[in-house]
Amino acid sequence: MSNLDAETVQFVRETMIPPSAPPGRETGAVKWMRENLFSSWFNVIMTLLAIWFIWHFFVPMIPWFVNGVWNADSLRECREILDGRTGGCFAVLSERWKQLLFGFYPQTEYWRPILMFIWLAVAAAPIMFDNLPRKLLIATAIYPFAMVWLIWGGSIWGVLSVAAGFGLGYVAFKFADRKLEGLIPLLVGLAVAVVWWLFLRGPVAGGLQSILPFGLPSVGSRELGGFLICLIIGVSGIALSLPIGIILALGRISNLPLVKMICVGFIEFIRGVPLITLLFVASLLLNYFLPPKVTFDLVLRVIVMVTLFSSAYLAEVIRGGLAALPKGQYEAADALGLSYWQAQRLIIMPQALKISIPGIVNSFIGLFMDTSLVMFIGIFDMLGLAKAIRANTAWIGIYWELYIFIGLVFWVCCFGMSQYSQWLERKLRTDHH
Amino acid sequence: MTVVTEAKPTSAKSASDEIAVEIINMNKWYGTFHVLRDIDLTVRRGERIVIAGPSGSGKSTMIRCINRLEEHQSGKIIVDGTELTSDLKNIDKIRSEVGMCFQHFNLFPHLTILENCTLAPMHVRGIPKKEAEATAMHFLEKVKIPDQALKYPGMLSGGQQQRVAIARSLCMRPRIMLFDEPTSALDPEMIKEVLDTMVELAEEGMTMLCVTHEMGFARQVADRVIFMDQGQIVEQNEPEEFFNNPRSERTKLFLSQILGH
Ligand SMILES: Nc1ncnc2c1ncn2[C@@H]1O[C@H](COP(=O)(O)OP(=O)(O)OP(=O)(O)O)[C@@H](O)[C@H]1O
Ligand SMILES: [Mg+2]
Repeated sequence: MSNLDAETVQFVRETMIPPSAPPGRETGAVKWMRENLFSSWFNVIMTLLAIWFIWHFFVPMIPWFVNGVWNADSLRECREILDGRTGGCFAVLSERWKQLLFGFYPQTEYWRPILMFIWLAVAAAPIMFDNLPRKLLIATAIYPFAMVWLIWGGSIWGVLSVAAGFGLGYVAFKFADRKLEGLIPLLVGLAVAVVWWLFLRGPVAGGLQSILPFGLPSVGSRELGGFLICLIIGVSGIALSLPIGIILALGRISNLPLVKMICVGFIEFIRGVPLITLLFVASLLLNYFLPPKVTFDLVLRVIVMVTLFSSAYLAEVIRGGLAALPKGQYEAADALGLSYWQAQRLIIMPQALKISIPGIVNSFIGLFMDTSLVMFIGIFDMLGLAKAIRANTAWIGIYWELYIFIGLVFWVCCFGMSQYSQWLERKLRTDHH
Repeated sequence: MTVVTEAKPTSAKSASDEIAVEIINMNKWYGTFHVLRDIDLTVRRGERIVIAGPSGSGKSTMIRCINRLEEHQSGKIIVDGTELTSDLKNIDKIRSEVGMCFQHFNLFPHLTILENCTLAPMHVRGIPKKEAEATAMHFLEKVKIPDQALKYPGMLSGGQQQRVAIARSLCMRPRIMLFDEPTSALDPEMIKEVLDTMVELAEEGMTMLCVTHEMGFARQVADRVIFMDQGQIVEQNEPEEFFNNPRSERTKLFLSQILGH
């Protein structure tokens, strides 16, 4: 070989290769299709199958939507207008959409739930996006009380006096915290709040109302329904079950045997019982157990049950996140002198919750869907209303239009949650850029 | 083996005889397994101690007992004049006085480098944010990575992460530093940068207990080398003596394995 002598083992680079830009990518629709739709025989067959499927099942629906009738007083009138053509009778939605959204809420008071929807968005924003001004959190803090007052109405002193209980409890806690140690300040705060709520709140609120009467017309729980009730139960359940789930997860892995036993017992009990059973307990049985004069609003009872149910599942999801954290994180926190709660709040939970985001959102979506089960205990959610509307002589026989609408509403909410969670996961990634 | 004699910092010898850590007749079991047996150790303030020994000999367990990451079952451990008991107050006090660096750094991945360094001073010591950040930048400069302050730990190399971990401990202004094999998860190239940081710390008179296999480091800065085997302190001596004239057979065997090839 002539060039053998050109190959030498020794090599010393004399000039370093400068960095250069990465090669540009080919683009274009044809290339995309070739790569994604027709890259192999298997791929070609799948593509053709998919086209056939879309053609057979979705294309026939197009006229149904396009020819849809939006203005009519009954299904019969719809059919006359359509005159034999295929088409949906969306008139039922034009006529009843307010009812589907607000249930039997008095028409003159619609501004109240609408204001609640808007306020909810404002209250949720600073929690969801941490680049918004922190001052917005004031709206978040007031929201629970404002929501109750706006929806159920009544004297403003009622909710204000409940809110005052939290304030008093907090002041008592702060006061006791300076003198006492451990859990005692917390218990003192709790005791003050409970005494206020049980014995003093009623008379004080009554007194204030007689001096300075101010309130909104009362709306009973029976008048709530539709999307409104879903949202009230869903949002309350989500907001309350997360903290309870965190506490339960920590309790379950705690070293204190009694705490651990209670948490395990609770979680396993709740997970072993279907939600609908708990709802029946809430609607029927609770009345037998409670003292005769004590009445407990039905919606409140449902919120309690949904919260307990969801928190048991969340606890397990969060426990998974906790288990995924390396032991070194606890050790580093301990070695720096952080207390148990500081370590949990600053080091452990932020990471464990981040790991658990997909599971948590899954639970939230499940909870939101499950709110439609309240139909079985006599609360008219959207599905309950659909059933009632279909029982009306004008709309007997209508079917798809209502359920597609309801499905769409649920889908928008759940898809929104899912998108938000994916965005959050991306945002919280810190391993690389 | 060539004998390298290097100038040792003189501060330790002139330091006061105040005692930083005193371990008296300490025993520890994992279940029925007797990991630490009759440990007696006194560390004077400013002293630099290197702990060596084969894997599983209980080195980590011993230094982790000093800040109560592990609980001992009998005997006494007195750190900075405070005895370690199950009293949570004492434990928290001791932990905030004793810094620790781990083999796997254990930085908090969800916080920036700066936040890693300011977290404990702010929440344990109650130092205002501005001041804590100034302190953090001071120590980050000391470990030569101030320009990484706003990055997250996952974006740094192992050596840089370990130096951040050292800075994070220093931000609490500890009086004693514990190191548990700080360089054994690092590539050879990065070991030096971490050791340099530790040498600098030693030269400033910090009381240090280091579990390490870096015998060069031991020669250069240690006042005393402790050799452990099977949960016991088998031999301790000044580094020159320890390396040149090991007394016990097990020490000789260990040294021949670690320095031998
Ligand atoms: N949590 C634990 N439970 C039970 N045994 C343990 C536990 N941690 C350590 N051990 C055992 O105790 C002994 C001492 O462990 P230790 O980690 O202190 O050794 P080491 O000297 O640091 O070893 P290495 O050089 O490998 O780090 C080992 O035999 C180990 O298997
Ligand atoms: Mg070890």
